[in-house]
Amino acid sequence: MCLAIPTQIIELLDNQMAITSLSGVKKEISLALLMDEVKIGDYVIVHAGYALNRLDEDDARKTLAYFAELLNEENYNEIH
Amino acid sequence: MKYIDEFRNSQVAKKLIENIQRKINPERKYNLMEFCGGHTHAIHRYGINQILPANIKLIHGPGCPVCVLPIPRIDQAIWLANQPDVILCSYADMLRVPGDKQDSLLKAKARGAQIQIVYSVLDALEIAKNQSDKMIIFFAIGFETTTPPTAHAILEAKKMGLDNFKVFCNHVLTPVAMTAILDDNEVNIDGFIGPSHVSIIVGSDAYREVAQEYQKPVVIAGFEPLDVLQSIEYLIDLINENKPDIINQYTRAVNPEGNLKAQEIIARVLEKRQQFSWRGLGQIAKSGLKIRQEYAHFDAEVYYNLPEFQSDDVKSCECPQILRGIKEPKDCKLFGKACTPENPMGACMVSSEGACAAAFQYSLISR
Repeated sequence: MCLAIPTQIIELLDNQMAITSLSGVKKEISLALLMDEVKIGDYVIVHAGYALNRLDEDDARKTLAYFAELLNEENYNEIH
Repeated sequence: MKYIDEFRNSQVAKKLIENIQRKINPERKYNLMEFCGGHTHAIHRYGINQILPANIKLIHGPGCPVCVLPIPRIDQAIWLANQPDVILCSYADMLRVPGDKQDSLLKAKARGAQIQIVYSVLDALEIAKNQSDKMIIFFAIGFETTTPPTAHAILEAKKMGLDNFKVFCNHVLTPVAMTAILDDNEVNIDGFIGPSHVSIIVGSDAYREVAQEYQKPVVIAGFEPLDVLQSIEYLIDLINENKPDIINQYTRAVNPEGNLKAQEIIARVLEKRQQFSWRGLGQIAKSGLKIRQEYAHFDAEVYYNLPEFQSDDVKSCECPQILRGIKEPKDCKLFGKACTPENPMGACMVSSEGACAAAFQYSLISR
């Protein structure tokens, strides 16, 4: 029920709707609950067809910087 | 940045576990409740419960909306699905939850009731638009994450004049349930791993009462394995220092005040019930939501004058104790034998977020 996933906005539609893509799977979702404007390329947490919020990249990078510190590395190597 | 793989690095996980091992006091136990079923699932999926020191006990909480809905509400959903010209729209998990005498929506569907699985309440609205000769009832369940979509859909239905759209509202509130567990002296909890996505909506400030009045630290944690481990490390720090604070580990998604727009939409359409019954926890005051009088036209309970049902859980099913963290799935004699994800006897075995389903799917213990 609560396993919402971060997914990327690839197209903005009318009526507060957007298309998101997660590993190539496209889904039409509602932006009606979002407080701030989103743009193409932003990541949002989607749950039951609605974006609940936009993920903040700066905050995410701060968490990752702490992980990099743990590994004594300059940069955190993203695994893909 | 994809927000997934970066938070699953095993080298970082090792470091976080080393930190936790270094920080724990071997003389004491740490009882941590992960309230949310999403965390229960993540903890089992990544084997976090098997790599933590033995004196850290993770207690699975009741934060699985499928698991806490009492049997009479399932019976009412089945009753609604059986009304003439009704299409009942439901999230998939609810179809296999056993009602009275092991009946379920899935069995009702097999008997001919029109039940449609939907991913979103928006799908139910779409069906209502396209099938004006049918009454579309959305079986609304869940915590604060699924509540704003339901409220928004009711506003949309009003805007579109969709008279054939109704909602059977069963939404429940997380912080209230947390305090209800703490009022129950049977459970010994030192701190909470706070929900991820519920907190996006309610904000980290919503747990003030838990932290201040009950003196229990809460760390809002993301759902990825590194989020959970980092949050456990924070909790160990807070417990060691005897500081009942709220820490937000999931800063990339959660802020102190939450999603105010979603909160406003909920408040406009829904209000607190005097009482709502939870499986395992019984009646909890002001823990559930109902549709406001102004939108009663869309309330299935009002429209159908919904009858009350009385029914009991399966006698030997330990779901009520498991939901409160008093027992573990392996303590139930039905677990993995009479009760499996394919044939669930109790609600905790239905959803992948249920404590029993997660333990069954990922556990290494012999079944």
